[in-house]
Amino acid sequence: MSPKPKAPLVCDTTLRDGSHPMRHTYTAEQVEAVVRALDRAGVEMIEVAHGDGLGGSSLQYGMSAVDELDLIARAAETAERARIAVLLIPGIGTRVTLKAAAERGARAVRIATHCTEADVSEQHFAAAKALGMEAIGFLMMSHMLEPAALAEQAGLMAGFGADAIYIVDSAGALVPAGARERVAALRDVTGDVGFHAHNNLGLAIGNTVAAIEAGAARVDGCLRGLGAGAGNAATELLAATLDRMGYDTPLDTFALSDAAEHVVLPFMPFQPFPDRESLAIGYAGVYSTFLLHAKRHGERLGLDPRDILVELGNRKAVAGQEDWIVDVAEDLARAAAATGAPSA
Amino acid sequence: MSTPVKVAILGTGNIGTDLLMKLRAVDEIEVALFAGIDPASAGLARAAQLGVPVSHAGLEAILADDEVRIVFDATSAYAHREAAPRLQAAGKVAVDLTPAAVGPLVVPAVNLEEHAAAPNVNLITCGGQATIPIVAAINDAAPLAYAEMVSTIASLSAGPGTRKNIDEFTFTTARAIERVGGAQEGKAIMVLNPADPPILMRNTLYAVPAAGTLDEAAVRASIDARVAEVAAYVPGYRCKSVVVDEQDTRWGRVPVVIALLEVEGAGDFLPAYAGNLDIMTAAACRIGRRIAAELSPAAPSPTTEVPA
Repeated sequence: MSPKPKAPLVCDTTLRDGSHPMRHTYTAEQVEAVVRALDRAGVEMIEVAHGDGLGGSSLQYGMSAVDELDLIARAAETAERARIAVLLIPGIGTRVTLKAAAERGARAVRIATHCTEADVSEQHFAAAKALGMEAIGFLMMSHMLEPAALAEQAGLMAGFGADAIYIVDSAGALVPAGARERVAALRDVTGDVGFHAHNNLGLAIGNTVAAIEAGAARVDGCLRGLGAGAGNAATELLAATLDRMGYDTPLDTFALSDAAEHVVLPFMPFQPFPDRESLAIGYAGVYSTFLLHAKRHGERLGLDPRDILVELGNRKAVAGQEDWIVDVAEDLARAAAATGAPSA
Repeated sequence: MSTPVKVAILGTGNIGTDLLMKLRAVDEIEVALFAGIDPASAGLARAAQLGVPVSHAGLEAILADDEVRIVFDATSAYAHREAAPRLQAAGKVAVDLTPAAVGPLVVPAVNLEEHAAAPNVNLITCGGQATIPIVAAINDAAPLAYAEMVSTIASLSAGPGTRKNIDEFTFTTARAIERVGGAQEGKAIMVLNPADPPILMRNTLYAVPAAGTLDEAAVRASIDARVAEVAAYVPGYRCKSVVVDEQDTRWGRVPVVIALLEVEGAGDFLPAYAGNLDIMTAAACRIGRRIAAELSPAAPSPTTEVPA
């Protein structure tokens, strides 16, 4: 009998993507508990940062309750085997914040741009390499770009020195065929393709499996799916799925499901789920983190958050444009007042 | 009126060309030289067609022309750091459109008079020009503990210089929000949006007044007045909305003033969506006129406003 093939690397991002539903309130104690559980369950890479990456603490995205650098330091002190990764979105984080994260023990960085704007990341890949970090490209909102064009952008990141490049379905808008085609296209550019799913259409695990079948070497998960929008692929489900797909995986499914149940569930403010707003995000193809902001401004002005989300999709908003939610909500409220129609 | 003041533009790309179009419409200024280093540049050919003296000898050509009093530098931060001391030694005033920040940071609607006699002035960044007037306006009415700007620009209007140096945009803009705008702490974020047709340049300002200082009516009046001042030299500058929203912040749950600003370019040379570039050339033009008044033999006193 032939040996089992090695499973794709699983990066857990409960402590980064999960920062969105947590409204950026993670404490050092929560970080320590999650990292300890993930590390013991065999997870090899753990991402820790503000939801919008280093420097994301802001009025635009939400201010962190605890400085992310302190959380990164605690994570690095806690992990015995896992590497700590951070997220950096050029335009928000800078090479100065990256250096500070590296000094606190971050060993990998995922450098994220909108899928058509890879060329803004050159100085950050250079900085990561100079710091001796693993540098991973992260092409956000990948559903907005056709596979061949996406591969061109990945080619730019490869040229800047990317060790791996992710297709990031930030809107949870892809279906399995779209995930498969994009992974296949990127494999012409790099041998190490990643896939980051959101569950807005209920396809996080399905799309991740499709990506793996097309050759993805890295995938992302969050315990209990705790991430933006309807959340991400649940790490504990990925562990079970990889095992059942016949892979040799270092992940301990039951230890991860214990961590999901006993460590993460008690502090979760709600269970991310493809409810009507998250479904609208996937359907309209907008950034998953818009969820709570759209709900808040919808409530403030008496609007249906879905109308805000669909209009953001019409205006082709990209990752990081939370201020457009205020703009759209004000425009919709003005329009509703002008027609005298009830707004929700 | 007196003889126009002779100026030169260094850099023949999109910014240099748009600035040329704007300066040609100014009576008290004469563009005596449009200089770059690429003889094949489309901008150089276009300027020559318009009858503007051109050179591909770059800075050297400008330094060789004793009559040039003001030099607008639309090259790169690196090039300007090299050029700045030589321009100053030659007695030429530099208006720096790069992020080099050799001279004081200037926003016409905030601190132009203060620096009208400086040998070198810097225009910060497009997002800085768009938001700092409003930071200062709010700060006048309610002292700011914190101000944060988010600039969203059309991908097509972000050139290779911006793309390779996006960190410098955030550093320079954040610092200017503090030094020029007056906020105790500044933060800057930039987002590129590739939508087709391209979006107009958008800027959102979030401002946190010091505890208990917010008088909403006074803040709104101060913003309205300052928007009109900026629109006097950037015709496409508008404030779409001002919202006061309670948010969870480092200072607790406090009122945050949110101003949604839009810049539509004048379309002198660059397309209308490139408001980010238009606001830089429009500000440079405004600064150039003020410096020209300072240098002109019939100079009005430094406190006299140049007629718009």
